Amino acid sequence: MAEQHIKLPEGSIEKTTTTLNLGPTHPATHGVMQNILELDGERIVSAEQTIGYIHRAFEKIAERRPLYQITPLTDRLNYCSSPINNMGWHLTCEKLLGVKTPKRVDYLRIIIMELARISDHLICNSIVGVDSGAYTGFLYVMQYRELIYEIYEEVCGSRLTTNIGRIGGFERNFNDIAFQKIQKFLDEYPRVLKEFENLFTRNRIFMERTIGAGAISAERALNYGFTGPNLRAAGVDYDVRVATPYSSYGDFQFNIPVGSTGDCYDRFLVRNQEMWESLSIIRQAFEKVQEFKGTEADIYHADVPEYYLPEKKDVYTKMEALIWHFKIIMGEIDMPAGEVYNSVEGANGELGFYLVSDGGRTPYRLHFRRPCFIYYQAYEELIKGAMLSDAIIVMSSLNLIAGEMDA
Amino acid sequence: MQLTNEYIQQQLTTQFGEAVLSFEESFGLLSVTAPAELNLKVMNFLYDDENLRFRFLTDLCGVHYPDQAGKEIGVVYQLHNMEANVRLRLKIYVPAGKPDVYTASALFSAANWMERETYDFYGINFIGHPNLKRILNVDEMDYFPLRKQYPLEDQTRVDKDDEMFGRGGAIGFGTEKTDHGTVTEAGKHEEGHPIV
Repeated sequence: MAEQHIKLPEGSIEKTTTTLNLGPTHPATHGVMQNILELDGERIVSAEQTIGYIHRAFEKIAERRPLYQITPLTDRLNYCSSPINNMGWHLTCEKLLGVKTPKRVDYLRIIIMELARISDHLICNSIVGVDSGAYTGFLYVMQYRELIYEIYEEVCGSRLTTNIGRIGGFERNFNDIAFQKIQKFLDEYPRVLKEFENLFTRNRIFMERTIGAGAISAERALNYGFTGPNLRAAGVDYDVRVATPYSSYGDFQFNIPVGSTGDCYDRFLVRNQEMWESLSIIRQAFEKVQEFKGTEADIYHADVPEYYLPEKKDVYTKMEALIWHFKIIMGEIDMPAGEVYNSVEGANGELGFYLVSDGGRTPYRLHFRRPCFIYYQAYEELIKGAMLSDAIIVMSSLNLIAGEMDA
Repeated sequence: MQLTNEYIQQQLTTQFGEAVLSFEESFGLLSVTAPAELNLKVMNFLYDDENLRFRFLTDLCGVHYPDQAGKEIGVVYQLHNMEANVRLRLKIYVPAGKPDVYTASALFSAANWMERETYDFYGINFIGHPNLKRILNVDEMDYFPLRKQYPLEDQTRVDKDDEMFGRGGAIGFGTEKTDHGTVTEAGKHEEGHPIV
């Protein structure tokens, strides 16, 4: 009798299903996450998700960091739209510290946040295209994400992990180039988005691939804690921007697109429509910003010297400003004690910050409500009984960002 | 009908009695503290009541207060009534020695991973949870890192002093006996494996 060389796991001969590891580093996962799928032929019998591959203990680190040092941590949550995270964090701080921001700051923030939302949806929707075999759209819209990154660059100096803004406003006023680039974006992007939609929306192959894939009812979506476009695709018109307006969103006219079936196709349509709405918000905000005249047109931060960092040129030339800069950065200004929960409409859902302060320099406890951590647990329910190729398209249409999931 | 904090407080007091719950309000948000064994009853009541309808679990997380004897570990639920757009915070406290809390995962599917995360970081034992295992940290980890007795930085460092961060040397844990050996006054870590 021949010697047996391969040791098979117990029960693997009798087993009629196949185990497939989708991830952690698989081209289709778009991030570091593992799905252990049990397949019967090409049908998914069960799935188990393993996450935490890029866990960086942000909540623990934040307990040792003063407010400004936490902003770079928030960059690395949803890195496709980090300005929203930064501003969500600054808004949370402002709520705790009682800082009121001027209208112009609010409008400038809205311009940046909506640009970030567009860049996030752009990536998500074009990746849905890539995963269903349509690569063209992805490459085509990339240059407009590049333009959005150039606008960030004019405003804050960096592109992906932006660390944009300060408590109370921005680090500097928007320069002319920034406004020109925003204008360029407003002029050129609608045509591109229209063309992007033409590629997909009524594309027979795309529709067949996405309609009915990964559908979820409104009731289940709410029970699973869905927020953002994924919840709206299921037919619930919940949007933090409207429900609890922050940063003067109440001054703007825009619609909240909703779907009905909660499948990949509806999620795609909702995101596309949201990009149109974001464009309209940016246009309105852009006009409102132009209306400020005289000294008002130079306001780009609230007058809160306790929390707002002094001008860089003063820091480099004046002793007092340098000292003050370090006092703020090292958190020598005590926070008031209290508990705050503040949320903003992130690109993929309600991004919440639960901040417990005991009056020290650093948060006593900071918890991030990360939307995709919460809705990823529905993944098994979404793909059970579906084909393997559906699993991949469902994953990309949920807009999972590993950085946010693992915090 | 306007769903006000006073109304919620009154409904809860009528249902559970005066002595059981305590209330506070911060930044306009009502915060209810309930006994740990009542957490599901309170949440079910908030869920089912025709007027309250808190049917969305926004968030769930743990907090560690080592100075509160007998109720060191807190679990904080952020509930949301989306129709009336009212939020509510529910808190319960359990002793660090016996952190047993009933799971909310039967009521909210969303609670499943949130509770796993809370277990992962605070070691809270959610009774009845279908799959209570670590989610973000490695399975081999044998402590609960967000508890305050595990300071962030390497305890063998002597060039840094936690006093600079407003809460005194070694966050008041200078001489406490931990599960992993003694952390001495100087912050030197003896015996047990090093805390990372």
